[in-house]
Amino acid sequence: MVASLYAPSEAKKALWVFLEIEGGDFAGVSIELLSKGRDLAGKAGWTVCGLLLGNDVSDLANQAYSYGADEVWLIDHPLLGEFDVCGYSHVTMQAIKVGKPSVFLLGATPNGRDLAGRLAVRLRTGLNADCTDLILDEDRGVLISEVTGFGGGVIALLESAEHCPQMSTVRPGVFVANEPEDNRQGELVNMKVKLKKADIRSTVVERHVGEGVDLTQAPVLICGGRGIDGDFEILRELAALVDGEVGATRPPVDEGHIERERQVGQTGVVCRPKVALNFGISGAFHFIVGIQDAETIIAINTDPEAPIFEHADYCIVENAHKILPELIKVLRRERESIHA
Amino acid sequence: MPDLEIVVCMKVVPKSEEVRVDTETLLLERTGVRSEINPPDMNALEMALTLKDDQPARISILSMGPPFFEPVLRVGLAMGAERFFLMSDREFAGADTLATTYTLAQGIGKIGKFDLILCGEESADGATGQVPPGLAEWLDLPQVTLATELSVDQKKRIARVRREIKGGYEIHEVKLPTVISVKTASNEPRFIDFHRKLWAFEEAEVVIWSHADVDVEHGYIGLTGSPTVVAGLREAEVRERRKEFLRGSPEEVAKEIAKRLRGILN
Repeated sequence: MVASLYAPSEAKKALWVFLEIEGGDFAGVSIELLSKGRDLAGKAGWTVCGLLLGNDVSDLANQAYSYGADEVWLIDHPLLGEFDVCGYSHVTMQAIKVGKPSVFLLGATPNGRDLAGRLAVRLRTGLNADCTDLILDEDRGVLISEVTGFGGGVIALLESAEHCPQMSTVRPGVFVANEPEDNRQGELVNMKVKLKKADIRSTVVERHVGEGVDLTQAPVLICGGRGIDGDFEILRELAALVDGEVGATRPPVDEGHIERERQVGQTGVVCRPKVALNFGISGAFHFIVGIQDAETIIAINTDPEAPIFEHADYCIVENAHKILPELIKVLRRERESIHA
Repeated sequence: MPDLEIVVCMKVVPKSEEVRVDTETLLLERTGVRSEINPPDMNALEMALTLKDDQPARISILSMGPPFFEPVLRVGLAMGAERFFLMSDREFAGADTLATTYTLAQGIGKIGKFDLILCGEESADGATGQVPPGLAEWLDLPQVTLATELSVDQKKRIARVRREIKGGYEIHEVKLPTVISVKTASNEPRFIDFHRKLWAFEEAEVVIWSHADVDVEHGYIGLTGSPTVVAGLREAEVRERRKEFLRGSPEEVAKEIAKRLRGILN
């Protein structure tokens, strides 16, 4: 068997979270992981450490403490201003060799996945990707990662007890961020690392970022499937009336009716809205994964046998095209009467 | 200038819409389930073929899997790839990301010279996208993931990659050789070339490697080389829902929905 860089017996009782920065602030998933990490470590008496990489980012440490970090390991370096997976792997490796964490969690974002994939190989350890839940077995010091099996319906419990650190990635929206404790204190560990220009191996020569959508934070989610025949305009109209966001199942995305970043489900976004309205969606499990944590689910589908109705609080057997204009009419009237 | 050497990593997966789970054993019910090329890998192959449309290039398909992958992946030859290497051995089975990327990296080493390694964004059955970065790490190469466009300047030995990010994109420049993962559905894979059909499906020689043919350490491959252990399986819990049917004319139903929305949102 392959031995990891350090053995579980050498590992510290520490749970590390990679703190990803997005537009000058922490990515939502990093805060969610700190919160979850706090809950897991609190029970087990472990230390939660945030790994903070960047150029001139020490100001963010306080925020990490407020969400549950006991320590922030800071690697501040002019060459870390831009995320480059080779540079970031290079310095993270140096920190891990010193800190020897038992567990290392990263967000399953594009950059988080890039970093996790490289590090797991460099550390010769296991990587459980896109986990839907994490459990810490205190007695054994083992992280148990839940992942949804292919096609859904089955949860697999994965562990890599013989290797360290035990690495997992979790997608945005799977865990809920705790309320920050503003006065919570922590310890800053300032890491000095070796990093030179040649360690940075790709250059970002242009970047265009428009207004990205974040379906994970939407209180109302309006989803369309095959049964709406590509008419997302009317869903957008409805969404505007209830301050919602529009999502979709895979087929309309594949057919180009709507942007891929609005795909909900196992290979899309996992959401936890107050209410999810589903129009013309049959309810394949890999879609359900994306809405199952909604407080309330409403489904409209012509087929009374559609699986979506097994997962819905309110079920309407009807063509979505018939309900949508009526619903818009009612909500518009309501809105006008409030403003009148 | 030498031809651009491109390796495309591909695999075969059961058709996702046909897979069922046996509720008693909790295992995947594969009988009667058809296989297909992992759809994201088709996007990777198409990106390689698009490069070859514009410059001299040779495309090699690399895969790891059971013998039945061979007939399925010959489609790639018919689409325009020149060579096909299949790493097929029971010893490779049961591999997690670490063992899979190691084995593929050793296969790439055996292929020899290359400028680009293209992978699909993720596999339909694992769906974690961890193979491309893992592969890049074993090969000590840079990587750019989620590419939607790619151009190569052979003279300067630079690849220019458009990478999808949240709400936009980045243009990366990276030195060759490099590993690139291709964003799912970022292009339209071409049909097979009729003129290549006979050669691709019947004449072309597929190179099949067992563990003895490649330089692999036994402890690094297959189940033995995989740190990740499946400790248990359970049926996904389905949260009980009200399942209340609202009936009536579309207008009446719309009013009922609106009423409930009010209750939930206020």
